Amino acid sequence: MMISQLFVLSQRGDNIVFRDYRAEVPKGSTETFFRKVKFWKEDGNAEAPPIFNVDGVNYFHVKVVGLYFVATTRVNVSPSLVLELLQRIARVIKDYLGVLNEDSFRKNFLLVYELLDEVIDFGYVQTTSTEVLKSYVFNEPILIAPARLQPIDPAAIFTQGAKRMPGTAVTKSVLANDPGGRRREEIFVDIIEKISVTFSSNGYILTSEIDGTIQMKSYLSGNPEIRLALNEDLNIGRGGGGVSVYDYRSSSGSGVILDDCNFHESVRLDSFDSDRTLSLVPPDGEFPVMNYRMTQEFRPPFHVNTLIEEAGRLKAEVIIKIRAEFPSDIIANTIAVQMPLPNYTCRASFELEHDAVGQKTDFKESSKMLEWSLKKIVGGAEHTLRAKLTFSQEFHGNITKEAGPVSMTFTIPMYNVSKLQVKYLQIAKKSSSYNPYRWVRYVTQANSYVARI
Amino acid sequence: IVGVFFFHLSTHETPPVNQNISTILAAPSSDLSSILSDRVTSRWFLLRWISRRTNSNHISTATISAMPPPAASSRYPSPSQPSGKSEVTDLKSQLRQLAGSRAPGVDDSKRDLFKKVISYMTIGIDVSSVFGEMVMCSATSDIVLKKMCYLYVGNYAKGNPDLSLLTINFLQRDCKDEDPMIRGLALRSLCSLRVPNLVEYLLGPLGSGLKDNNSYVRTIAVTGVLKLYHISASTCIDAEFPATLKSLMLHDSDAQVVANCLAALQEIWSLEASHSEEACREKESLLSKPLIYYFLNRIKEFNEWAQCLILELAVKYVPSDSNDIFDIMNLLEDRLQHANGAVVLATVKVFLQLTLSMTDVHQQVYERIKSPLLTLVSSGSPEQSYAILSHLHLLVVRAPFIFASDYKHFYCQYNEPSYVKKLKLEMLTAIANESNTYEIVTELCEYAANVDIEIARESIRAVGKIALQQYDVNAIVDRLLQFLEMEKDYVTAETLVLVKDLLRKHPQWSHDCISVVGGISSKNIQEPKAKAALIWMLGEYAQDMSDAPYILENLIENWEEEHSAEVRLHLLTAAMKCFFKRAPETQKALGIALAAGIADFHQDVHDRALFYYRVLQYDVHVAERVVSPPQQAVSAFADTQSSEIKDRIFDEFNSLSVIYQKPSYIFTDKEHRGPFEFSDELGSTSITPEVSSDIVPAQQFEANDKDLLLSTDEKDDNKGLSSNNGSAYTAPYESSNISSQMQELAISGPAASATTTQSSFDFDDLLGLGLSTAPAPTPSPPLLKLNARAALDPRAFQQKWRQLPISLSQEYSVNPQGIAALTVPQSLIKHMQSHSIHCIASGGQSPNFKFFFFAQKEAEPLDYLTECIINSSSAKAQIKVKADEQSTSQAFATVFETALSKFGMP
Repeated sequence: MMISQLFVLSQRGDNIVFRDYRAEVPKGSTETFFRKVKFWKEDGNAEAPPIFNVDGVNYFHVKVVGLYFVATTRVNVSPSLVLELLQRIARVIKDYLGVLNEDSFRKNFLLVYELLDEVIDFGYVQTTSTEVLKSYVFNEPILIAPARLQPIDPAAIFTQGAKRMPGTAVTKSVLANDPGGRRREEIFVDIIEKISVTFSSNGYILTSEIDGTIQMKSYLSGNPEIRLALNEDLNIGRGGGGVSVYDYRSSSGSGVILDDCNFHESVRLDSFDSDRTLSLVPPDGEFPVMNYRMTQEFRPPFHVNTLIEEAGRLKAEVIIKIRAEFPSDIIANTIAVQMPLPNYTCRASFELEHDAVGQKTDFKESSKMLEWSLKKIVGGAEHTLRAKLTFSQEFHGNITKEAGPVSMTFTIPMYNVSKLQVKYLQIAKKSSSYNPYRWVRYVTQANSYVARI
Repeated sequence: IVGVFFFHLSTHETPPVNQNISTILAAPSSDLSSILSDRVTSRWFLLRWISRRTNSNHISTATISAMPPPAASSRYPSPSQPSGKSEVTDLKSQLRQLAGSRAPGVDDSKRDLFKKVISYMTIGIDVSSVFGEMVMCSATSDIVLKKMCYLYVGNYAKGNPDLSLLTINFLQRDCKDEDPMIRGLALRSLCSLRVPNLVEYLLGPLGSGLKDNNSYVRTIAVTGVLKLYHISASTCIDAEFPATLKSLMLHDSDAQVVANCLAALQEIWSLEASHSEEACREKESLLSKPLIYYFLNRIKEFNEWAQCLILELAVKYVPSDSNDIFDIMNLLEDRLQHANGAVVLATVKVFLQLTLSMTDVHQQVYERIKSPLLTLVSSGSPEQSYAILSHLHLLVVRAPFIFASDYKHFYCQYNEPSYVKKLKLEMLTAIANESNTYEIVTELCEYAANVDIEIARESIRAVGKIALQQYDVNAIVDRLLQFLEMEKDYVTAETLVLVKDLLRKHPQWSHDCISVVGGISSKNIQEPKAKAALIWMLGEYAQDMSDAPYILENLIENWEEEHSAEVRLHLLTAAMKCFFKRAPETQKALGIALAAGIADFHQDVHDRALFYYRVLQYDVHVAERVVSPPQQAVSAFADTQSSEIKDRIFDEFNSLSVIYQKPSYIFTDKEHRGPFEFSDELGSTSITPEVSSDIVPAQQFEANDKDLLLSTDEKDDNKGLSSNNGSAYTAPYESSNISSQMQELAISGPAASATTTQSSFDFDDLLGLGLSTAPAPTPSPPLLKLNARAALDPRAFQQKWRQLPISLSQEYSVNPQGIAALTVPQSLIKHMQSHSIHCIASGGQSPNFKFFFFAQKEAEPLDYLTECIINSSSAKAQIKVKADEQSTSQAFATVFETALSKFGMP
């Protein structure tokens, strides 16, 4: 362990908080860090890796909502430990501020200092439990209205690997009370699945994977025990072999087969093997109850068909067809389709369907990127985009090698491809009238959804 | 507005006044004006004037309250750090007004001011000058105020030792507060002052803090002891705090208190160990079986971070037998399902280290950990994935066959950051074998059209590397040649370099390649490396490429425009080669090239041209033999990383060494080596002689390793081509060739060794390890007698070392006494000298020492050169012997081993 300094920088490189625990790293580490990250490679394209060494000082950073959470040390520490810690610190701060962004951070920097003082002492991690930390925090959070919430980078949710949905995330501080001074008894359970699919040029699935999380955020008072029941036909373990604790069942059988999963430390698995229930006393704040990974075949929610054809000396035509392969009572939203066009494309004109609503198209000249966004797609529907390209020079060889692949991002609420379900959510009763709100929500998001052409 | 104002001020008003202000502060009661010198007075008033203007216009106490830390606008690219002096002066006077006040609502005003001070401190404005006022205002019962004050004091105390004395009073008082929170916070601040002459004030509060009935106070007190140790080690030791911590560690009911005790004791004892035998023993005792089991049995009571600490400790534990190993693994099995990657990796390390001697179990561990690690890769943020993936990368390269069927997990996703993609490409390269190469290469070819040019390049290089490590390269060659048809500059450039390497290894493919390469116009190639590769092929295959002489002639005519010396060098050589094959067509071009080369401003180009010219003048046939000998296929390219270094990195699993792909001694200085330094000295001493026979000796599992997956030798021969592209880190890269190693080591010739001998002897004596001054007792007559007075100068040694083949390479265990004596290289040098084995050069730090020894057969001028690497944590010595007389090298090795085994013995 032994972290020397911890600081948070804004996108522009300003210190928002800065804490030195061991006074081992010379002054100017924030500037050194920021310069290095900004100008990692001369061409500015390659991102700086999360860990690097400058003059014997190791810099670790994670980017969360556009802010840099940075730790420095001179010691040869466990890299995972520091990165996990930085990510956890960001989450704890979010638990307290309700909304995490630069604005809320600046308004509450003293509260953040209080947290940092207790999380690390002399470079050693003490606790990252939102609940334990509660007794050490004396500043009231200055909340910013969720309505004003503008994520700094809308794409951040996909690139940062944050496992929450914009808009549905709970934006309430663990310290906050509802009007009237009463806390509403409620608990949120989100089953979030990020799917990665690669289609070959002839439409076959080359690779597919589901990375899922069961995320919980509890506002229950008195820490009641909770039982979470999953599908009874849930199987774990596939491939691999040898010394696994799991027993291997035939993968041909029906049911949900996870390749592997891991659990939050509060989860007890006493009856997991027999009836697939997890029991836990949820700590305050947001945390992942269980992460899982699945490569079992599933039906991809969208089928993408792309055609690029030469149409004369300096022209070509692109046709992109997407078909929603899910039931019609499900609606996907915020769909974006991207396709790199040949380098010498100078113009693109688009043709949407006649009845297209809420669709937008764009050609980004600088990056030669075709962009097509759709507000929503109803299950079973099919949409087509035609684009006519004009080139600045004649092309040689194979045009399909110069363009693509087509990638998609989307969010599908109340739908999960793995079929993993929370069958019930049982809360140990304190009294007969005790009946907290329980929210169980499903969402599927694209992680890397790519169709080659 | 504030930001702009700062900027204005800092450009016009630079001389520091802080010092003067703090002098004033030191005597808070005296009259201001009487102290101020005229010069200061004038500046002071100037500042006052500006600040008053600011005050009236912009800042009032009322508006400060809602103000976030001011953002220093446009910090980049020219950081103009605001000095904020007028603001500070202003704050100072406001604080002063509030200091004595007991008016209602005064705490709120103080809060606003304190908040402003902290926010300045955060953005780097020096607010140390309000130290006195902050202390004066600290008399409050408001805990938020107190905490801000503690934060402030901790930050500036070190620079203001005199003022810090002012804080002692109120901190000591708070240490006795009835609220445990206040007691804890005050104790933490007290210990964070870092002022050496105040340590006496720490002892009392720390002593009672360790006995406090509240666990929060105790956790802080334990860390406080460690802080005290760093301010004044002797004070801490004399007060016998370590002993108190030890007893707390074993008996306290609070897990965090126990964890902090462990952390503090590890740090204290490993720092003390260098000069105290007792600390060595204490450090060793942390690894005793009862203690390890005490921690492991209750590991779930600790939070995840403390679990990592315990797991790190368990890694260093030497199990007594295989039951012990399985007990620990069963105990920790469920840690592999933890959602925290740090816990999982620490557990993985324990498993890997424990099973090193059990080949088949070790392999099962690989199988077992694969899935949890892959889950962590896909469940975390890109940064977390990267850390895990780096470790998977290490495992994949060590045991590619275990991961061969998982290759799809290492396909790149389009939205991954380039640092993740790069790692994945390397992993795909490593695991490519007969069964998966087709799929992997197909996938890599898709990336060659990637929008990210850097990744496209890496993908092509990966294809090339796979081609070089496969026996059947037929299909891959076709793919590479298809790249050339893509007509993208960078694709062509990368491909040319690869085709060149491929031809050097597999000349049989020349026909296919040359016909395609011949079609490339040299005009389209700009990158020096690619141009050099093309020119090399033109020279090498001049007879197969009809227009080779003319392309070369064209390039030579543009000599002046060729900026890269590398290209010009290749041009000279290619012109020569072409000349030998097709003299009439090349003669003119060669003449121009030689003339231009001799006139070249670049020394190497000039020298080479002159050399070619002269050797041609001397004899054309000799020139041909020198410059264009018959082609020979290169069987293997040099590896940039020796397997020794790879093993070091594996030993340092779950550390930055894995991320940087360098052993820690390259990028850390000794005092910051962390847990490894600790392990180095400790691991060795705990191998006691009475270890039961169930333990497989080190030597034996080394042999097993070679059979199975631990060997890193296979496949590595191609890595040399990568030229360590990842060396973006500033830590120096260790080149593996012998001459540079020699330079790094301290050359201690015979002349120098006399003095080092003396000093090391003193040192050893101090430790009481009893290296006697008298020559070591005569060993049972060895078969080989060595010349006690042999001498060889380092340069001659170096030359000889390069020429001779390795005649013997062995590994010995070093006895614990020897390891204990090996605190500095000199101790061993002296010892070996008494056995007529002389040191030429030595270097390294704990745990890795490296020596070059030299010995000479008695009465015959036959030399034995030895490279000896001793790892004090594994207690292993690896030697490589080179000898003039190969037949006696085994006899020499026996002498060497005997001598080594006596090291450290009284």
